[in-house]
Amino acid sequence: MRKKLKPGDALFQGIIYMLFGVFTLSCMYPFYYLFINTISSNDLSAAGYIKFYPRDIHFDNYSKVLRISGLSHAALVSVYRTVVGTLLTVGASAFLGYLFTKKEMWGRQIWYRSIVVTMYFSAGLIPWYITMHNLHLTNNYLAYILPTIITPFNIILVKTFVEAIPPSLEESASIDGAGYLRVFWSIIVPLTTPILATITIFSAVSQWNSFIDTAFLMTDTKYFTLQFLLWRYLNESSSLAALIRNSPDMAASVQNMQTPTSVRMTVTMIVVLPILIVYPFFQRFFVKGIMIGAVKG
Amino acid sequence: MGVPSGKLQHSAEPARRTRGTLQSKYKLFLMALPFLVITFIFYYLPVSGWIYAFYDFIPGIPLSDTPYVGLKWFRTMVENPTQTAEVLRVLKNTVAMSSLGLVTSVFPVIFAILLTEIKAGWYRKMVQTLTTIPNFISWILVYALAFSLFSVDNGVVTHVLVQLGLVDEGFNFLASSSHIWLTMIAWYWWKSLGWGAILYLAAIAGIDQELYEAAEVDGASRFRKIWHITVPGLIPTFFVLLLLSIGNFVNNGMEQYFAFQNAMNKDTIEVLDLYVYNIAFANNFPFATAVSMLKSVVSVALLFAANTLSKVVRDESII
Repeated sequence: MRKKLKPGDALFQGIIYMLFGVFTLSCMYPFYYLFINTISSNDLSAAGYIKFYPRDIHFDNYSKVLRISGLSHAALVSVYRTVVGTLLTVGASAFLGYLFTKKEMWGRQIWYRSIVVTMYFSAGLIPWYITMHNLHLTNNYLAYILPTIITPFNIILVKTFVEAIPPSLEESASIDGAGYLRVFWSIIVPLTTPILATITIFSAVSQWNSFIDTAFLMTDTKYFTLQFLLWRYLNESSSLAALIRNSPDMAASVQNMQTPTSVRMTVTMIVVLPILIVYPFFQRFFVKGIMIGAVKG
Repeated sequence: MGVPSGKLQHSAEPARRTRGTLQSKYKLFLMALPFLVITFIFYYLPVSGWIYAFYDFIPGIPLSDTPYVGLKWFRTMVENPTQTAEVLRVLKNTVAMSSLGLVTSVFPVIFAILLTEIKAGWYRKMVQTLTTIPNFISWILVYALAFSLFSVDNGVVTHVLVQLGLVDEGFNFLASSSHIWLTMIAWYWWKSLGWGAILYLAAIAGIDQELYEAAEVDGASRFRKIWHITVPGLIPTFFVLLLLSIGNFVNNGMEQYFAFQNAMNKDTIEVLDLYVYNIAFANNFPFATAVSMLKSVVSVALLFAANTLSKVVRDESII
């Protein structure tokens, strides 16, 4: 199959290999840079000497930062909302997406459209805040879970995906006496695994990354998420470093003192790590799920 | 979405099932009902809060004790010169950044086309996998990364640029207001380019290979094949996405701008969404509500305009 390249082709190939190489590096380098800085000597890092490889490797930053009071609790809150929120969102999207493929549903078009339109239109920040307040969803875990159950984009994805499944499969099941729930559980769910996996990662990532709801609705520290703490640390990390240095049980060795930069970077790394770890497992579903779900528009 | 295949199917339905239909019609609705209620509570109920735009509402005082002021807050937008200037400034930022977004929405198309030209499969896969990662981190995290890379005293970018003699010592990129629109669009594409290309990659994979083979037989060059086969194959997808984004022209979202805003760049970074947030935090609830209201009305109008356009031009509706 190997054909000889013409000089023009070779040049073209060379250029696009390089362009993609540069862009890919620019996407990865920030993560790598952050990582090598968190495990290198804090003094060298603070002076800006750590650029391409780590020096004087140590993991003090992680062990110290993880002991900052409130941080591990915030991690728990983040994990909790990610797990519970994702399960409910995926379940609801799958079921409702399936129901919307049933042409016999009363008022189907209207209900479906009224959900899709919400992607474009929102009441606005203040009316939303006041509503959440009136529903007693301020300083309440449910505020992280309930509003995310219906995510229009997910429902569109599932609906389009289910519509592409040959109807004969469902029909044969219903002739055998299976009801809607039965059909959903034993036929639709197994056949929609790629799109459900895609929705799972979408929803998990957006739960993990969510920030605005904490900023607005939560004043009690026990509801703070990692993302929210990171934002606060970005603005006040110098006081945080002092906090670590001064606490008696954490007497740091003089040569490896935590600096504002090291604390900030370490917290960033802790927040970003779960995404980097989970990502490869789900990546293979994306193209398949998105392709079938959305290309038809 | 919105393809009227339903009508066909109905007439083809065997008579056997019509008896069950009446029951299942409501049964299906009842199964969907809990979810519709959630939608109503979290998406439609907040609309009732628009009423606050018509009162001199101050947080903490019940609405019934606050004076009704009619269109006062809407009028200040056009009557009060300082307020008008503010709104115009924010509109300018919004339109500028949205337009930049629309103009550059060909980037993912180019990315996908060039990527499929890459011969080595492993390289293609690697590029695709690694460039989609940034899409999955939050803007707060993007900012944290930017903060580390561009920080004045120890950021690697500043260091390298200073060593090359390209900038003066300690130039602070993040606190600079010059070129902020370009910086923002650059960060936007850094985050979403790889991901945005996935749809187009899928669309390219769906193009009939025989077309390429036929073109090859006819002696078409690489660029002719791209121009006459790949590009037309991608146009439908491009159009759908473009029309969808027109509906969102005034919604830039706020997380990106919120993360990157500071005292230095506030004037040029403040888009409508962020502006609403900022005046809301300054406790001007009624005015923030009035601005949100107008924003939503404009969005929906744009969405329906785009939808109608799509129906006329391409005989396809997006909602």
